[in-house]
Amino acid sequence: MRSVGPTDEVMVEQRVATLSTRSIKGESKKWALRAAVTMTDLTTLEGMDTVGKVRQLSHKAIRPDPTDPSIPSVAAVCVYPNLVGVVSEVLRGSTVRVAAVSTYFPSGQAPLDMKVSETRRVVADGADEVDMVIDRGAFLSGDYRKVVDEIEAVREAAGDACLKVILETGELGSYDNVRKASMLAMAAGADFIKTSTGKVQPAATLAVTLVMLEAIRDFRAMTGRAVGMKPAGGISTAKQAIKWLVVLNETLGSDWMTPDRFRFGASSLLNDLLMQIKWLNTGRYQSADYFTKA
Amino acid sequence: MEGRLGVRKTYKLFIDGRFPRSESGRTFRYASRDGVVTVQLSEASRKDLRMAVRAARRAYPGWRARSGYNRGQILYRIAEMVEDRAETFIGQLALQATIGSARREVSEAIDLLIWYAGWCDKYQQVIGNMNPVAGPYFNISTPEPMGVVGVVAPGQPALLGLVGALAPVMVSGNAAVLLASSSQAIAAVTFAEAVATADVPPGVVNILTGSSAELAPWMAGHMDINALDLSGVPPESSPTLEEAASHNLKRIGRWDASDRNLNRIAAFTEIKTVWHPKGR
Repeated sequence: MRSVGPTDEVMVEQRVATLSTRSIKGESKKWALRAAVTMTDLTTLEGMDTVGKVRQLSHKAIRPDPTDPSIPSVAAVCVYPNLVGVVSEVLRGSTVRVAAVSTYFPSGQAPLDMKVSETRRVVADGADEVDMVIDRGAFLSGDYRKVVDEIEAVREAAGDACLKVILETGELGSYDNVRKASMLAMAAGADFIKTSTGKVQPAATLAVTLVMLEAIRDFRAMTGRAVGMKPAGGISTAKQAIKWLVVLNETLGSDWMTPDRFRFGASSLLNDLLMQIKWLNTGRYQSADYFTKA
Repeated sequence: MEGRLGVRKTYKLFIDGRFPRSESGRTFRYASRDGVVTVQLSEASRKDLRMAVRAARRAYPGWRARSGYNRGQILYRIAEMVEDRAETFIGQLALQATIGSARREVSEAIDLLIWYAGWCDKYQQVIGNMNPVAGPYFNISTPEPMGVVGVVAPGQPALLGLVGALAPVMVSGNAAVLLASSSQAIAAVTFAEAVATADVPPGVVNILTGSSAELAPWMAGHMDINALDLSGVPPESSPTLEEAASHNLKRIGRWDASDRNLNRIAAFTEIKTVWHPKGR
């Protein structure tokens, strides 16, 4: 762990503040908006989710704007384990992937064998991607071994599925811890590292994203393995999404500007992207009334 | 105090209950009739308009959910605040008119606000109806607010034109985005200050100063505006605006500045009809 190295808090915040002021206009903006659509993990993680809502959301994932077939599909639909079957049925034959949260999301406070069996179950039900949470309690009390063992066990249970490891950065307390947790997750076999569950504030901040992207960069330099990044929670406007893409491009370069290596975990972001695209195409400010809720 | 530095007011926009400068940083010059007094005012851009519409959309559900009685109290409170600033308004209106007519106009504007305040808990009874139907039902039609209304206020008379266009929109529970013409800009800013201190929820009234000719097309095309009062638009530019407004079928109204009537309230309402069993 000593080789992980510290972060420079002031530098991180200064850097994202500078990058946030960058203005993306015209063709670049159009490109970024479409790219953000393809990188979206359309998410619903509520106790009141129903089969009907999730089915509608899945159809929206395939064709986000029914009035404009040129809009690409999103990357994935992310739901609770109970609804994986419903989603995979609707998404069959499309390019949209099925993602499931697992390991007793959002707290992760359950015995390992239950987490493993939950993961096996969602993969058997059709999940292409598994979003797991780390045990923050173990991490904060210094029991890194437990954190790593759990990720490795879930990694094995997930088989070929893409494994995204949620650090819940809002509970980790410092950028140093975020960097440490990122390194642990990547070393234990994560395909993506993800900021948050969306249930804790603050969720995905630009600064925390930068810390994680730099960890990804350093991990790549050390091991040669490229890991993806997924900020989730609190990114709800196209303007924010573009800032994230700027930081991504400046930190990891164009190799990461693809849904294979970068995702937005979001629910209301998609509609704002669609509204911005329509505004650019028509020259008229748009209204939420004319875009489907799910 | 001899040699004291003057403290001059910065005239700003009114968006979401706050007084920001234009995001564009632009200003325009306002001169009195005799050219002695000149003032710099914020010149709103289309992004300011966008922010104002967003604020109005957010404020609308809360405003329409208030009881008519409460909206009436708040409109009356605006009248009180204008009364309190009467001398300021008179001084500002007198930059373009005589003192006598300025004084008259301010009194009329206050009375007009009170007149519309009274309608808040009465317009539904007067415009609404119980319809005769063949069956054992009550069939009730009642007017409800439409949403966000864009207003291009008539420039003359400055204060009366503004109040006469804004008040009827607010009565039923609509939220308003108002473009003040450059001739009424100073009075519009002072009026915004009266609104801000009258318990009007932030965002229900937004007032932009600047060029109506520049902003009205953006307003007409905005898909999140439900209706327009184009009283302050010159007839020759109306067709273009109406075409832009057709994309989301905006209701359009146009009146003389002196019109005060129930139609101005009714124009920005939608009729809802419900059937209710009445038994025998």
